[in-house]
Amino acid sequence: MTLLSDDQKMLQETAASFLAEEGAIAKQLRHWRDIGCKDGFGHDLWKQFAELGLTGICVPESQGGLGLGATEAALVLEEIGRNLTPSPFLTTAVAAARAIEGTAHADRWFPQILPADAVLALAIDEGPRHAPERTALEAKRQGNGFVLNGAKQFVVHGASADMIVTAARTGGSPGERNGITLFAVAKDAAGLAIENEALVDSSKAARLTFAKVELDADAVIGEVDGGWQPLQRALSAGRAGAAAELVGVASGASAMTLDYLRQRKQFGKLIGEFQALQHRAAHLYGEIEIARAAALKAARLLDSNDEQAELYVSVAKAKAADVASLAVREGVQMHGGIGMTDEHDIGLFMKREAVLGEVFGDVYYHRNRVAELSGY
Amino acid sequence: MTDEAFRTDVRAWLEANCPVEMRQPIRSEADACWGGRNWTFQSDAQRRWLEVMAERGWTVPDWPKDYGGGGLSAAEARVLKEEMQRIGARPPLTSFGISMLGPALLKFGTEEQKKHYLGQIARGEIRWCQGYSEPGAGSDLAGLQTKAEDKGDYWLVNGQKVWTSYADKADWIFCLVRTSTESKQGGISFLLFDMETPGVSTRPILLISGNSPFCETFFDDVKVPKEQIVGEVNKGWDVAKYLLGHEREMIAGMGLGAGGSSLTLGAAMKPADPLLRAEIAAFDVDALAFAAMSERFAAMWKAGEAHPASPSMMKYAGTELNKRRNELAMAAGGSDALEWDSERGKKGKAPRDWLRSKGNSIEGGTSEIQLNIVAKHILRLPGA
Repeated sequence: MTLLSDDQKMLQETAASFLAEEGAIAKQLRHWRDIGCKDGFGHDLWKQFAELGLTGICVPESQGGLGLGATEAALVLEEIGRNLTPSPFLTTAVAAARAIEGTAHADRWFPQILPADAVLALAIDEGPRHAPERTALEAKRQGNGFVLNGAKQFVVHGASADMIVTAARTGGSPGERNGITLFAVAKDAAGLAIENEALVDSSKAARLTFAKVELDADAVIGEVDGGWQPLQRALSAGRAGAAAELVGVASGASAMTLDYLRQRKQFGKLIGEFQALQHRAAHLYGEIEIARAAALKAARLLDSNDEQAELYVSVAKAKAADVASLAVREGVQMHGGIGMTDEHDIGLFMKREAVLGEVFGDVYYHRNRVAELSGY
Repeated sequence: MTDEAFRTDVRAWLEANCPVEMRQPIRSEADACWGGRNWTFQSDAQRRWLEVMAERGWTVPDWPKDYGGGGLSAAEARVLKEEMQRIGARPPLTSFGISMLGPALLKFGTEEQKKHYLGQIARGEIRWCQGYSEPGAGSDLAGLQTKAEDKGDYWLVNGQKVWTSYADKADWIFCLVRTSTESKQGGISFLLFDMETPGVSTRPILLISGNSPFCETFFDDVKVPKEQIVGEVNKGWDVAKYLLGHEREMIAGMGLGAGGSSLTLGAAMKPADPLLRAEIAAFDVDALAFAAMSERFAAMWKAGEAHPASPSMMKYAGTELNKRRNELAMAAGGSDALEWDSERGKKGKAPRDWLRSKGNSIEGGTSEIQLNIVAKHILRLPGA
């Protein structure tokens, strides 16, 4: 189905009105930023996600969730993007939920995610650029368990998380997919140091240092040395979700800019009358439509386990980041001086795009992946 | 019948009826079947393929059966298309009658016109050309001057058209003419006439690609029977615009790559240079994203959920993409791609395609005109 079903349209409408109302910039992003909140998001809003069932969007119905897929998550995330709503939805309810699904950790954590009592994070990146295959954080067998040494960065909501899904190397060498193992690491694990960093968009990400962190064997998510599979599941869901959120960011920035073109006057005319700006706005409109189509196609292919899903996940992430970047750059430029002020919201879209563009791999990472998956 | 049962039937029928020769990719323009009074079939297989498909109404699967179509639902038509793609079947008939005039007649034609002209189109009996642009009316199409005077029992047409695709090979023309000077858009009518009518002459235009797919077309006291008008007198602009929507949709399809190949440009070209590889990868992301958009657009258009001006967005994006594809193919081809008529270079296919692609963002309304339309009708920007 290329078009949305009636149920999907209803979910989209629910998410749109909920987030426009409760997730609005003044109520959430600016509020938590201005009071210097350590989480960068509001737990009350996260509870409201739970009341709507959204915390369990990807949790199977048999475990109390909605049992929906990447398409439904994408619909919610586009609205999150449009309103720049800070929340752990993408990391906890979409990506981390996919990492632990079907394992014993799901039985432990789904009951806490559903009522929004827990936040989960993913610790993947070890350098400033996304490269999951190059995971090097060492996990050595010790007795019945493992001991972890190394460092992680860009762990979104890492300092707010109750459990951190951590990719570590139990075998092979960096660059190899075999030998990666996923671990469930509790926030208070001995030897784990968490530095909470504020990012450019006022969201929080942590740098983690693992110094002889001892874990029991049951901390392993999935198979020892076989962590690539659950990691890939989490990354695909996260990438498709981030693509949808970027489409929302692009849409929100573009709507704000079009409003400005319709009301700002210079030379005695509305600036939206100038063809130089009209053509750029029209070009951007088309690009956003194309990015949305790509994001929805990636989600649909993931939901049907299509063999082209991985290709389209990377197409969607690269395209959406590219287009959102164009949308926020045009947004700030077309707003002129007011767009450079902190008082105006358009700059917040630019900041959010910078972070979302990087999450789970940037434009260059995903273009390269498209080339590799196409055989060149 | 369920879609799956329909699919089984279609598959069996195609297996039995599609000649093996018609399951080869289209390599050049000569491989496409355009039909018409003067068409010389390239092979018996080409003739047979057209005949069996036309008999089922499957040259135009979703047109009503009364007008020569297959009467298929949107879902059934998609199944047929997929099954044809599966075995690499060529389209049995390529024509402006199918892609442009037909949809306009279905919407604006009289019952008599539909029965008469649509059947001919479906069977590939008449090849049509499009008389829109004039030397003084390109982007400003509604400024056209070709005049049709009411002479009681006929229209007397005088003037000149330009960029008439395949006018020298076409049997009939659908033509925009001025029937009133009172109003610019409100003085245009939509006429149909035979290219063999006395007073009609054509002259091919040699393009930068070295080919001549377009003509200048001249009308010198051409008498056109009164009933050969589509829609009302002076209301031809509505028909013209509707038809342009279909033309733009067709041209937008070029963004998907010639020949409908599913290969990415990078997979086809295997660029060794890392900087070129990076540019081609960026292009392939855009091309695959546009392919997703095309699917979504087609579904939305059929369901009536697409904005009426959205073919302009598709045409703009698709043609700009096709130009980029050709630029990168030239770069990847290096000096091989410069040979103009060698057999090795398939008679200059790369440079000729590259040069021809430059017209994509001009024909059917320039990119700039499409952006104007999006700004005005979709974004509703002031003064646009």
